Amino acid sequence: MEYFAKEYDVAVIGAGHAGIEAGLASARLGSKTIVFTINLDWIGNMPCNPSIGGTSKGHLVREIDALGGEMGKAADKNEIQSRMLNRGKGPAVHSLRAQIDRREYSKYMKHVLELQENLDVKQAEIVDLARGKDGLWRLKTRLEAIYSAKCVVLATGTFLGGRVYIGDVSYESGPDGMFPANELSKALYNMKIPLRRFKTGTPSRVNRRSVDFSVLEKQEGDETTTPFSFDTDTPPVNKAACYIAYTNDETKKVILDNIQYSPLYSGKIHGVGPRYCPSFEDKIMHFPDKKRHQLFVEPCGLDTEELYLQGMSSSLPEAVQLKFLRTIKGLEHVEVMRTAYAIEYDCVDPLALKPSLEFLDLDGLFGAGQFNGSSGYEEAAAQGLIAGINAARKAQGKEPFILDRASSYIGTLIDDLVTKGCSDPYRMMTSRSEYRLLLRQDNADMRLTPLGYEIGLVSEEKYQRLLKKQEMIKEERKRIEDTSIPLTDELQQMLVSRGTSPLPRGVKEVELLKRPQITYDDLTPFDVNRPDIPREIFEQVEIELKYEGYIVRQTAQINEMRRLEVKVIPPETDYNKIDGLRLEAREKLSEIRPMNVGQASRISGVSPADISVLLIYLAKEGK
Amino acid sequence: MSTIAAISTGLAAGGIGIVRISGENALNVADSIFKTVQGIELKKLSGYRAAFGKVFSDGKPIDEAVALVFRAPKSYTGEDVVEISCHGGLYITKQVLRAALKNGAIPAEPGEFTKRAFLNGKTDLTKAEAVMGIISAHGKEAGEAAFSALEGALYKEIHKITDVLLKINAALAAWVDYPDDDIEDLTDESISNAVTSSKASLKELLNRFDAGQAITEGTETAIVGRPNVGKSTLMNMLTGTEKSIVTSVAGTTRDIVEETVTIGNVTLRLADTAGLRETDDAVESIGVERAKKKIAAAKLIIAVFDSSCELSDEDREIFDLCSDKNRLAVINKTDLEPKIDEDEIKRNFENVVYISAKENSGLDSLREKIEKILGTADFDTTAALLMNERQLSCCEKAYSALCEAEDAVNTGVTRDAIQVCIDSAIENLMILTGEKATESVVNEIFSQFCVGK
Repeated sequence: MEYFAKEYDVAVIGAGHAGIEAGLASARLGSKTIVFTINLDWIGNMPCNPSIGGTSKGHLVREIDALGGEMGKAADKNEIQSRMLNRGKGPAVHSLRAQIDRREYSKYMKHVLELQENLDVKQAEIVDLARGKDGLWRLKTRLEAIYSAKCVVLATGTFLGGRVYIGDVSYESGPDGMFPANELSKALYNMKIPLRRFKTGTPSRVNRRSVDFSVLEKQEGDETTTPFSFDTDTPPVNKAACYIAYTNDETKKVILDNIQYSPLYSGKIHGVGPRYCPSFEDKIMHFPDKKRHQLFVEPCGLDTEELYLQGMSSSLPEAVQLKFLRTIKGLEHVEVMRTAYAIEYDCVDPLALKPSLEFLDLDGLFGAGQFNGSSGYEEAAAQGLIAGINAARKAQGKEPFILDRASSYIGTLIDDLVTKGCSDPYRMMTSRSEYRLLLRQDNADMRLTPLGYEIGLVSEEKYQRLLKKQEMIKEERKRIEDTSIPLTDELQQMLVSRGTSPLPRGVKEVELLKRPQITYDDLTPFDVNRPDIPREIFEQVEIELKYEGYIVRQTAQINEMRRLEVKVIPPETDYNKIDGLRLEAREKLSEIRPMNVGQASRISGVSPADISVLLIYLAKEGK
Repeated sequence: MSTIAAISTGLAAGGIGIVRISGENALNVADSIFKTVQGIELKKLSGYRAAFGKVFSDGKPIDEAVALVFRAPKSYTGEDVVEISCHGGLYITKQVLRAALKNGAIPAEPGEFTKRAFLNGKTDLTKAEAVMGIISAHGKEAGEAAFSALEGALYKEIHKITDVLLKINAALAAWVDYPDDDIEDLTDESISNAVTSSKASLKELLNRFDAGQAITEGTETAIVGRPNVGKSTLMNMLTGTEKSIVTSVAGTTRDIVEETVTIGNVTLRLADTAGLRETDDAVESIGVERAKKKIAAAKLIIAVFDSSCELSDEDREIFDLCSDKNRLAVINKTDLEPKIDEDEIKRNFENVVYISAKENSGLDSLREKIEKILGTADFDTTAALLMNERQLSCCEKAYSALCEAEDAVNTGVTRDAIQVCIDSAIENLMILTGEKATESVVNEIFSQFCVGK
């Protein structure tokens, strides 16, 4: 029996990593919010790798935290191993990665949602979505409750039209054996939302007792760990280790002998898979010359024996999977607890979205996460945060909150999605950011916390802490500019031992720190009056000094970029009426409807000539 | 956009002259001045059709001609275009143009057909610039250089360089983004090899720029020397013996006589300061000041000395003034008894030429030296060539980014910084080929194409 249940400002469909951040951000900004999930027991589930962070994804987590999101705090509370990747490759690409106890993480997130003021969380499948005549969105649950909301965030992940493939077996399903959301796709089709099929996959989980660790390489966490959140004071503790194993010729032979059973290679799966994390059979087929492939054996939690085999995602039949796994040294007697599978799902072409993640043509409807064509928990959370912020702001009649490419990886991610689109699941990478020497994980707070504070998502306390930190950095910088390091034999010996030239006379400390080979630690014995301040202060001063030239250059590039970014294109612009635009540019511009000339210039198929035509037009129109 | 018309063949006497009309109204304009023999209007013709007929001015036939119709977007400019080929020489061609202008067309500005072609996406930036190069090409070699850029030699060369850089950056990206994968470690050596080879290719392009400019644009040349050493004689010798004077403009704001003269494959834009000839004490300082300015602006200095006098302080001042320039010493009056200290000149000038204006000798060796100094002697006109200052500046920026990358590798700066330098080099090269828009490019285009009038 259909009934009207309740009215909200913002309704979020899905409680994965995108849905969580969307719901929390919206509620924290004061909008009455509800989050719907098909299964309350798996809020913030990790149906794939039991880890958070990694290259560039670690940046995203820190940025989410800097803006007032939850993911970083949740990861810090529930991590069991922490590593800073790319140490030695330069501060711009340092990336934090942590193994997570996935069940604890999910429990934590569920509780955070439950405790959040202004937020309701409800187990229900949304089967219909439409806009009423009053402009409010109507959401209908399978149990026939009707909810209304000013704004809706679609964060459906792999649930939307989900279909699992294992060999020639296939069935409708969400991730980890949960129900799929099939009805909602129809409602979206009816609204003419451009849906398409993407595919992703996950490897097997095996029982720890069946693995011979004596022949595997052990990978421990860092000795000194770093938290994700700028609010976490105590560094996380390593409680578990990962292991590395290798495939061999025998493994490859099993794949080659059985490739015809792959639903991908036999043509059953039409969805497009991610180039950046291919299935194991893809790796074998695409890189036939590679002798062996690495796999990582990762714990899924402290109170479970389940292990995740990173790198071995597959959609081959169960029998073949077991056969190839057992060719691997250390896994000869492995017992599989969950079989690897591929999952195909509906998602939107993100070109249909604005940089606020609202649909261009559907007022008040937002998309986030895998629904937008991305892949990865962190990418999802980042979009969820922005979609949630903008849904709440829209409900409150405020201007959208948009991060540009120069501000953050989050801004880069969203700009890429809504401007360039994606032909396969989009994964963040450091090389996607042209401003990465400035957009480091270590300064995410300085870049974004003031913005989070301004929109009301960051607490006064967190903001004050940032101001104090910045003050300390300034003072320390001044101190080393004033501190002379006297010339001693010990100093000269140290300089030579680091492969740098000795000094003709004593110098200011700042001059020594500018040398790439010399660190703060090297100067400890010679810098007698060093203040007792947090390590991160020294780190910031050192990075600023060593990369000053590059930072100045990138800042100049950003200023150049922003000059086109401020040239706004009115949303009602009719590109068919602009003389001189080429047909392809006309079509692309009409489809993507960029907010400004900067965004227009990044659309593939729009040439510099088209941009000059556009600028002439805008100048003529007096815009 | 308005309909424009211009004579698109050279303004020299010739067998055929073409008047090109382009724009929305091109067919109407053409129909009002051109009647086909069959009496069919040109606007009834499909694209790529030609018709024979007569051109009329004020109702009177002025020439028999062929009209060629191009329909938008399949034309040079991407607009409707009519080209009228008349065979009456310059005078008649001008009459035809005048008729077109009387009937609704407005005169095209220099390069405006190309501007429209570019704005309509009919040609990319490097090609458009090459066409502008042709329009203003002076000699034969200049024409060839412009054509090879048009053929995309520059485009190809730049792509060859970016390919190398993109490859190394992709390797760096994989190394950074997949730290746990067993990707082969990049050696410092492979990075610096890629950087060094790209740098060398860019350097070569940069080095060829001046030579290329000397051929396509001409070289600002200052003839300097104290009074009565024979500067004007030299100038007369150059302009008098060579018949290829293109322009002769008397400076209006400054007392400088400028002559354009082709010597060998180089066009020289000769300047001689009038001030230096007047060695009256009162204006002496002004004269020196002018000479200094001229020298600063010039790309080539020809310093003239009188072999029959000893070197004076004024002569020595010239040594200093042009010490960091492309320079050539010309020792004049070799028919008289030499008194000059040649060794002192040779210590300051690598290239010395002896002439005698009176005997009209020494021109050949002057040409050889000039070609040698400007690097045009064995200039390959088919190789990639930077056509203008915009392309030069992109190349210079890319080059300096690569120098920084090299520096970073050598001083042990971490690879994130190295990668960003390489990024910046790639970006500048893409701006050069017009694959990436920045406001500065767009501004450049605006100024070059006089858009917005």
